[in-house]
Amino acid sequence: MNTVATKKKDNLMVLIFAAVVLSMPVWLQPFGAAYPDLMQKFVIFGLFAVGFNILFGQTGYLSFGHAAFIGVGSYATVWVFKLYTMNIVPAILFGVLVSGVFALVIGFICLRRTGIYFSILTLALAQMSYNLAYSVLTPITNGETGLQLSLDDPRAWDAAQVQGEGIPATNFFGMEMSAWDGLFGFYVCAAVLILGFYISVRITRSSFGSMLRGIKTNQQRMTYTGLNTRPYALSAFVISGMYAGLAGSLMAAVDPLAGAERMQWTASGEVVLMTILGGVGTLIGPVLGAAVIKYFENIFSAINTSVLADFYSFLPDGLIDIFVGVSALFVGKGWHLTLGLMFMLVVIFLPGGIMEGIDRIKNRFAKKPQQD
Amino acid sequence: MSLLEISGVNKTFGGLKALDDVNLSVREGTVHAIIGPNGAGKSTLLNAIIGKLIPDNGTVTFNGEDIVGHKPHEINQAGISRVFQTPEIFGELSIMENMMIPLLAHRDGAFKMNPWKRSDDEADLIDKAHHFLDDVNLWGKKDTIAGSLSRGDKRRLELAMCLSQDPKLLLLDEPTAGMARADTNNTIDLLKQIASRGITMAIIEHDMHVVFSLAERISVLAQGHVIVEGTPEEIKVDPKVREAYLGGAEV
Repeated sequence: MNTVATKKKDNLMVLIFAAVVLSMPVWLQPFGAAYPDLMQKFVIFGLFAVGFNILFGQTGYLSFGHAAFIGVGSYATVWVFKLYTMNIVPAILFGVLVSGVFALVIGFICLRRTGIYFSILTLALAQMSYNLAYSVLTPITNGETGLQLSLDDPRAWDAAQVQGEGIPATNFFGMEMSAWDGLFGFYVCAAVLILGFYISVRITRSSFGSMLRGIKTNQQRMTYTGLNTRPYALSAFVISGMYAGLAGSLMAAVDPLAGAERMQWTASGEVVLMTILGGVGTLIGPVLGAAVIKYFENIFSAINTSVLADFYSFLPDGLIDIFVGVSALFVGKGWHLTLGLMFMLVVIFLPGGIMEGIDRIKNRFAKKPQQD
Repeated sequence: MSLLEISGVNKTFGGLKALDDVNLSVREGTVHAIIGPNGAGKSTLLNAIIGKLIPDNGTVTFNGEDIVGHKPHEINQAGISRVFQTPEIFGELSIMENMMIPLLAHRDGAFKMNPWKRSDDEADLIDKAHHFLDDVNLWGKKDTIAGSLSRGDKRRLELAMCLSQDPKLLLLDEPTAGMARADTNNTIDLLKQIASRGITMAIIEHDMHVVFSLAERISVLAQGHVIVEGTPEEIKVDPKVREAYLGGAEV
C-alpha cells in the first residue's frame, strides 16, 4: 500500500471533506442532528480542533489553555460589532488578529519549557485570563453577564444605513447570519472550516510542517541540525491560537455575545479530548473527534427516560423498567459517562483514535485482493 | 592549517574534572581520532565542541572563530555536524523526511517560515537526498519510517543526514559500536570514501582496527587530559598509551 501523500491525493481529500461538510444538513438528518445550531457547533469546534492539532498533533506541545484564545477571539469580535459594524468580516479578522497577538505573548512565555511544564504553564495562564475576565477586566468583558450588544452601541460604520427598531443582526455584507432558518450562518462557518482545513493540509505538507514534526520527534536532533526550534514552535503556537480565535469569532458571529465561561479549563480540556479521540496528528481526525463529542453533548444529553421507554417498548413490561433504569445512567445528564467510556475504549484499543480504526478497516479490505 | 583548535579547555562536574586543560587541533582535510579508556572525557569533549555544554574556561576555535558559548544550532550552521553514539534521527518520520530536514536547514538557515510550498515540490532537495541516500544504500527504503530501521541502517541514515549538510567538520562518536565485523568494514570503507572527498573528520572510537584504518592523527585522552598526540605509528609504540589502557594491555 502506498501511503505517501501526493498533491493529487490531498486535493481529493479536501474536495471530499468539503462535500461532506457542506452536505451535513442532508446526511445528519437521520441522526437527528441536522439543525443549524448543532451543525454550527460541529464546524466551529472542528475548526478549533484542526488548529489545536497543528500545535499538539504536529509539534508535540500539549496546551491546556487553548480555550483562552476562543474567549479573546469572541470578545474582540463582539467589540467590533458594538463599536463599528455588524458585518462579520472585519469583526472576525480583528478577532483573529487579537488572538494571534495574545498567542504570541502567551506562547513566548510558555515555550520556555517543554512537556508537562509547558502544559501547566498554558493551563495557569489560561485560568488567569479566565479569572481576569471575571474581575479586573470587567470593563472589557462585562464580567459575569458577558459582553452583549445593546441598542445604544455606536456601530460607527453602520450609521449611514437606515436602522430598524431593535438591535441589528450580524450579517455577511448585508446577508443576515440567521437567514435561511439559520442555515446561512452554518454555511459561512462551514466555508471557513473548509478553508481552515485546506490551510492546515498545506502547512502539514510544507517544509514548515516537516520542521514541526521534527520538533515533536527529536528536538535534540533539530538543534544539532542547525535549526532554531523556538521560533518554529512559537509560529505553530500562534497559528493554532489564531485558529482558536477564529473559532471564537465565529461563535460570536452566529450568536453575538461573549462570556468568560468559554475560556474555562474544561473547554481547553475538551479540545484535547477531541483531538485524541479523532486521532492525534492526523488531518481529519480532530474534526471527527469534535463532531463526536459535540454530538454526544447535544443529542445523548437530550435523551430522557420517556425516550428510552419508547425505544425499549418492544420488551415485556418488567424488563422495560430495568433496561430504562440501566440505560438512563448513560444518557441525559449521564452523557459524560458514555463519553468517558468511549474515550477509554479508544485510548486503550485504538491509540491512534478513530482514524486508526478507519485505517485498520481500510487495510483489511485493501489486503484481500493482494492475497488472491 | 588547523580547522578546529581546542586550547586550555576545562570542565568540572561537581568535584570531577571531566576535561583537564585539553589542547587539541584538527587539521583541515585530515581524519583525527580521539581515543582513550572509558571515562576519559571523549564524549564530554565532543559535547563541548558542539555547544551541548559550555566549558568552564578555554577556547574552542573553529575556522578562525571562537565558538564557545554559541548555541548548538549556530555551531552546526557554522559547519560542524555530529553523528551520535546512539543514532539521533527522527524516528517517527520517513527516511525521506529525515533527509529533508537537514537539507532545508542547510539551504534556508536556522529559521525560515515556509508554510505554503509543498516539500514534495522541492525537486533540488529531493535530488540531493537521493544522492546521499544512495551513498548509504537507503534510497530504496525512502518511505520507510526511520524508527523501524535496523541499528546499522539508523547509523547510516544519520551519517547521510550529516553529510547532506556539506559539513566542514564531521564528528563521529563511535560510528561502529555494536556492529558486526562485516558491517564495521563497510562503514570503514564508507568513511574512507567520505574522507577522500576532503571532509575533515574527528572520530571517537574504541575499535583500534577502525582507528588505525582511518586516522591520520590520533590524540589519546586519559582522565580528561590529552596525554599524547601523534601519527598512528607513534601512538602504537608510545609507552604512555599502553600505560593509560589498563597498565599496558595490547593496543
